[in-house]
Amino acid sequence: MTEHAVDGDRTTDRAPTGSWVRPDLDIESRQYSLNLRRMWQLTALLMIIVSVAPLMVLTAIDYRVTEKSAESEILLNTSRVVSNTKLAVEFSLVERIAALDFIVLDNSFSELNDCSRVGEILDRLQTSFTGFVDLGVIDSSGNQFCYVGPYDLSGVDYSGEEWFADVQKVHTYISDVFAGFRHVPHMVIAVRHDLPDGGFYVLRTSVEIGLLHKLLSNLEISGKGDAFVINQKGVLQTSSRAHGDVLEPLGLDVPSFSTTTRVYETPGADGTPLIVGYAYIPDTPFILMIVNQKTALLAPWSDTRRQVIGFLVVSLSIIIVVTLGVTTYLVGKIHWADRQRVAALHQTEYTNKMASLGRLGAGVAHEINNPLAIIKEKAGLMKDLFSLGWYADDPKLMGIVDSILGSVDRCSAITRRLLNFARDTDTNPVPVDLREIATEVLGFMGKEAEYRSIEVVVEMEDDVGEITTNKGRLQQILLNVINNAFAAVADGGRIEIGISSQDADYVGIRVTDNGCGMTEAQRRRIFEPFFTTKSSRGGVGLGLSITYSLVSELGGTIAVESEVGRGTTFQITLPVSLGQKGGAGQ
Amino acid sequence: MKVLLVDDEHELVATLAERLAFRGVDAQWATTGRDAVALASRESFDVAVLDVKMPRISGIQLKKELERIHPEMKFVFVTGHGSEEDFRIGSAEADRYLAKPVDIESLVETLKEVVSS
Repeated sequence: MTEHAVDGDRTTDRAPTGSWVRPDLDIESRQYSLNLRRMWQLTALLMIIVSVAPLMVLTAIDYRVTEKSAESEILLNTSRVVSNTKLAVEFSLVERIAALDFIVLDNSFSELNDCSRVGEILDRLQTSFTGFVDLGVIDSSGNQFCYVGPYDLSGVDYSGEEWFADVQKVHTYISDVFAGFRHVPHMVIAVRHDLPDGGFYVLRTSVEIGLLHKLLSNLEISGKGDAFVINQKGVLQTSSRAHGDVLEPLGLDVPSFSTTTRVYETPGADGTPLIVGYAYIPDTPFILMIVNQKTALLAPWSDTRRQVIGFLVVSLSIIIVVTLGVTTYLVGKIHWADRQRVAALHQTEYTNKMASLGRLGAGVAHEINNPLAIIKEKAGLMKDLFSLGWYADDPKLMGIVDSILGSVDRCSAITRRLLNFARDTDTNPVPVDLREIATEVLGFMGKEAEYRSIEVVVEMEDDVGEITTNKGRLQQILLNVINNAFAAVADGGRIEIGISSQDADYVGIRVTDNGCGMTEAQRRRIFEPFFTTKSSRGGVGLGLSITYSLVSELGGTIAVESEVGRGTTFQITLPVSLGQKGGAGQ
Repeated sequence: MKVLLVDDEHELVATLAERLAFRGVDAQWATTGRDAVALASRESFDVAVLDVKMPRISGIQLKKELERIHPEMKFVFVTGHGSEEDFRIGSAEADRYLAKPVDIESLVETLKEVVSS
């Protein structure tokens, strides 16, 4: 049972061209990839929004909340420092006033008339307190009748001075800071003492503003903070770091009167926002001010913000990179899987198509075979009758009958080939003669070869025997590879099919063309599904990938060598026997 | 040598029988399985040439019925359908297996071989 009973000859005329066995399925690959792109965009967008939006919102909320609390904290802080400093300044002034009060209570007017006594008192004052420069006693007419100090102010008449008028009204007087005769900023403290006879005298002293400087410079104020004292006319009473020197006018407005400590925000001279805290020092012309740049106060918070925002930016970058990467990877996988699925679908469809065509061909062949058999028998009977009777010698009649019989034989050849093809779609491994199958497949291409004057040569080594394999699959493989060769060669080209024995277990089929060849990059991708160089001519790029899987199905391998402009060689290696699985079907 | 030809194509079997007669083969024919069985029960045949695919009763079935009547009868299958399955059944069941259209000379040859074996 090495030969099929139905084994027609392989006439190449009237052979159908090979086009109908090619996988000419349409794939809207363009639309297909568009959908995937959309899917990628949607997925990436959604994932990024979902992960980024909460992070941004959280950061924004945190920013606002911490900004508010930082602001209220600096206001509070400033207010506290101002209050404390105010108390200190107030206390040091009160202290000095109290000292003067003590002097006038401790000493009688007559004692104070004695300038040497006043000198002693000044000495003691200077020992106990800082800042006292001089001491003078002025009678109710404004005449400083006693003065001790570094200047010669004895006998000066203060009756016309404003402060002298004031001190008669208010018991204690504290002056603005002024340069005075000595061109040294100082302030004057005067205390009035009423005498039992209705008269009064005034104890007057000059105090250096170094006292205030000392208090203010001891403050620890962060950043570019500035603590100073102004009078109610807006003139600096102490020197400041950034707002001018002592006795210069302050660049800022004089804050409105308040009995309590207040803090407000105002734009500075150069437009930067300033935080100003102030307090009116009671019973004095002084206003304590602490001015700081808002940005400097907010610096610790800003640093934290910068870190948080830096962290946010880094996180966002990582999220976006990872999201895009993962989405690309997954969509790529889906794309790949989908292509595999479509390729598998196409292969199944292709195989089914081949089987259907086979069945169709077989059906037609079968139906035609019966009348053909009748024609053959009738014509044969006619010939028999002629041979027995008078017409045996009539060459014309005998010729006609022979012609009928010859035509019937030609028809049988066609129906047999169709039947063969149908039979070959069966899946049981059968013994196959490689030369025969190559010739059979070339039968389909015969017309094309003829039209395009392509020379097709089949060379077979003598030692190659039959191999047991799936004939239908092998036909498809050869058909596809030879089709490919036909597509590659120019008119008048040459295709060689070499069949040789590789070793005891394998045979090789080599299909060589001298066509256009392909580049190394094309060669590497040639068996990939949907890779085609014939897209402009309706190629889908499945032929060779199907071929590849068919060869694998038969337990063989397929390799390709190619050189641009020189041609291409497909080397198919097949096992001599398709294994035990197939043998059982025999 | 007596031969029974069974094929649903009347024209074919009748002509074939006539041509076989010219070649010294005594051939009778039937177009249905029932006729064939009736014929076989009346007289005995050396060989039966059966079409594998016939309406109502297939060649394989007919062979089994004929075998019951004439256990020593030989069988040659003829088919217009060259499928692998037919081929396997034909080879397994029959002594010989031929494809349509059958060449008369090779049929005669086959019949002679089958009878003498």
